[in-house]
Parts: sequence; C-alpha cells; structure tokens
Amino acid sequence: MCLAVPAVVLQINLDRTALVDILGVQRVVALDLLPQAVVGDYVLVHAGFAIELISAETAEETLAFFAEFPELAEGL
Amino acid sequence: MSDLSTDTLLPDSTRKPLQLDGYRELQLPDSTRKPQQQDGYRELQQPDSTRNTQQIDGYRDPQLVARLLQRIEQLTERIKASQATKLPAVQPATHPSTLRLMEVCGTHTMAIARYGLRSLLPPEIKLLSGPGCPVCVTANSDIDRIIALTRIDRLTVAIFGDMLRVPGSSTSLAERRAAGASVEVVYSPLDALQFAKEHPEQQVVFIAVGFETTAPIIAQTLLRAAEQRLANFSLLSALKQVPPALAALLQDPRLALDGLILPGHVSTILGLQAYQFIATDYQMPAVVTGFEPVDILAGITALLEQVNAKQEGQVVAIGNAYHRAVRENGNPEAQSSIQQVFASQDSVWRGLGLIPQSGLALRPEYRDYDAEQRFQLDVEPTVEPRGCRCGDVLRGIITPPECPHFGISCTPSQPLGACMVSSEGSCAAYYRYGIQFA
Repeated sequence: MCLAVPAVVLQINLDRTALVDILGVQRVVALDLLPQAVVGDYVLVHAGFAIELISAETAEETLAFFAEFPELAEGL
Repeated sequence: MSDLSTDTLLPDSTRKPLQLDGYRELQLPDSTRKPQQQDGYRELQQPDSTRNTQQIDGYRDPQLVARLLQRIEQLTERIKASQATKLPAVQPATHPSTLRLMEVCGTHTMAIARYGLRSLLPPEIKLLSGPGCPVCVTANSDIDRIIALTRIDRLTVAIFGDMLRVPGSSTSLAERRAAGASVEVVYSPLDALQFAKEHPEQQVVFIAVGFETTAPIIAQTLLRAAEQRLANFSLLSALKQVPPALAALLQDPRLALDGLILPGHVSTILGLQAYQFIATDYQMPAVVTGFEPVDILAGITALLEQVNAKQEGQVVAIGNAYHRAVRENGNPEAQSSIQQVFASQDSVWRGLGLIPQSGLALRPEYRDYDAEQRFQLDVEPTVEPRGCRCGDVLRGIITPPECPHFGISCTPSQPLGACMVSSEGSCAAYYRYGIQFA
C-alpha cells in the first residue's frame, strides 16, 4: 500500500498539480507535499501525490559505490 | 528486458549489461510460478523511452546482485564463526543457528517474493514478514465499522481496492457491493473528493487506511475538502503509525529478532530520525531500504554488517540503504500535514492487539469531517475469522506455509483472512510466488 513510483515532472500547473511521466504514462499529480518541485525533477508518486524528490545524483552515486566497493568485489 | 546499458550509470565499463530476465529465470526456484504471471509482469515492467528507467535498471543489475550476495555469504559466515566463539550472553537471544531479519513493509514482502530473494540467500538467513501491510493489520472491528457505513442510505463508501474482499465479522465490502451498497474503489483520495463534487446528493465517506506514507496525502485531501467547504465529504480513519508498532514488536521476547528491515516510503515521510529509539533503547540493528533487488540485498548486507559490528561490541546506528529517497529528516511538509489534521490515539492492530498512541484520529477542529461524528453507526459484534492465523503471521510467529489452512482451505479466491486477501499480505505473496518452504 505504500507503493510509490518514480516519475519525471513535465509541467507545473497553477492549481498545485503537475503533469508527470510515470514509465511512459502521463498523469496529473498533486504537489501539496512537494511544492518545491520543478520541471525535470524526478519525484516519487504515491496515490496521486508527489511525496519526495528522488536524487538522481544520489541514485547514481549509490550504484557507483556498490560497483567499486572493494569488499563487495572480493572473489569476483 | 531493455536496451539501456547500465554502463551509462556505472563507471566500471568492463561489466557487461546482462539481460535481467535471463538472470531471473536462472535464479527463480522452479516451475511453481505460472508462465502467464511472469509474462504479465514483464509486460508491466517493459520500459518506455523515459529517462527514469535508467535508474531502475541499475538497481536490477545482475552483477551487482551477485556481488551483494557474495558479501552476504561472507558476513553470514563471519557472524556464525563469531557466534561459535563468543559467550552466550552476546549471542542472539534464542536462535543461534539462524539470523532472523524482519521486514515491516508489505511492499518489501511482495518484492522479496517476486524476485525470489529468499532462495538466493544463505540458508541461515530467515526473512520474516512483520505487520507491514495496512490492510492486513486493520482490525476486524474496523472492517465492521466500514461495513456499518454501507448500510446507510444515500452514502457511498470510497476505498482503496485492496480492502474490498477483506472478511469482516459477517460479510465483506465486496459482498455488500454485490448486494447493492454503494462502494467506490479509488486510486487516490482525491478521486473520492472528485466523486463527492460530482454527486452532491450523495454522502461520500473515504476510508482512511494506511501508514505514514498515506496519512499526509489523506490530510491534504481533507484540507482541500475543507477549503472547498464540501459538505458531503467525510473520513473514517483507521490510519496507523509504524514506529509505535515497531516498539511493540521489539518488546515481544518470543520474536528474538536479529535485525529489522525498515520500510522505504514510510521513511521517505518520517526520515531516519523516527527510528533512533530502535538503536538507543533496543540496540537492534535496523536499516531503511528500497524495493529493487539491489536495494533489498544492499539493505540486508548493511544489516549483517551491523549484526557483525554489534557482536564485536560496537554500538548500532540506524542505516540507510535508500539514500535516493530517504533523508535524515524526511519530508517536513508531509509531517506537518499529518500533525495539522490528525492526533495520535490508541489503535487495535490485527495480531498485535491494542498499541498505545499508534493510530491517527481527526483533530477536534476537523470533527465536522469525521464520519463517526456525522453518522450513527450500528456496528455488529466483532467475531474473529475461525482458524485464520493471520495474527501469528503478522507477528512473525509463523510463516504462511506453517498455517494448516495455507493453500488448502485458504487461497486468494477463498481467503479466510486479510493476509491472503491483500496483494501485499504475506500469505498472498507466498501463495502467488509458490513459496512452500518456511
């Protein structure tokens, strides 16, 4: 029930909503909980609301960390 | 499953972008999964040209999965060796040969089952599912209150679809709807608000079920209703809070946990700060993580690192393996929404009983929007479903296959209780993905 999916903000509307792209599907979501979102941001969408910014940089850094973490690579 | 190369995300260009589907086929246990289920899932996951799929693919990278599994095996061996040499006082409470890790999020339950992660882990690691599915933990008495609402004339109950088939004491909402009651399934509480606007002749009650991820969304919906002075919209709250339930679990000596996998999106709202008591009061290793295979395995890895460190006498701290969506302080906007609209109250959880201050009730200033104030409810006496061990499953006392009804007299089409009804219920997850071992 706490499922939330990543989306990209395509357009900010005047009524506290935004048009987002969720894996190829466009949908209007409420921005009440994330008023700072701007076009191009990655956001997490839960039940019709954007609930948090997803940091694309952090996502990539985390992957790079796993890829390079020496202990994880032991024996490979 | 996609032509997107992980090389664009990962600096190590020697790693080949393997096909994830091939890996899944290789690793998933056996023929118990029906091919049409898998095909349907592939269709659902088939990425489009959107940019955010790059991130997702990275978190499904089979080579990262393999590395993490290797690290998990090393750590498990190290913990076992250390257990063998240490004094009994520093060993895990009752199950020295297993590492008991509990996840308390229904979405984790589903992801672990869907990706077949149990079968990839060392046999010493036992993953338990706790009370992480809001539908499952909703008490029978609350289901009966919702059913009582459906008996009121010119009233529509708007509800998340997962709740429809949960059996109450004598009937379910699905049965009530078949009998002519007005029950609307909604994806978002905003859909319920819209329905109320379009049907001014009808009273619309949105059933608020969920944890902290959903509570701020419902709070904002209520604030919008108040702003628009919508007279035919109200809420019935069965909302619950996760940290008090974790405290109740940690106080249960029967559980003997070695670590907690903390929910991802509840933590997006609350932040890591909400769990400090787990480290300070209970010295329990605990890690927040996300929902892709790499997230979950990285979370388990971090948890085992903590178990190991704890054995060596170090202090545990709440870990975060979901940095891209969870911050120390969470989403303050969402937290203040919850605070503005709701106040903590005692709440009854299926399987766990009454947990002090674990529910959320509308504040007195919003009592006009409280369905229980607005309507006189005639609630039937609560009768627990006979033979259903959902409560024991929710506390991690048994796993679904250990229930004698599992898969025989209790299936998704003929469920005895909530854990088999909800798509996020442990019993439903085990059944759907053909997990027959504990």
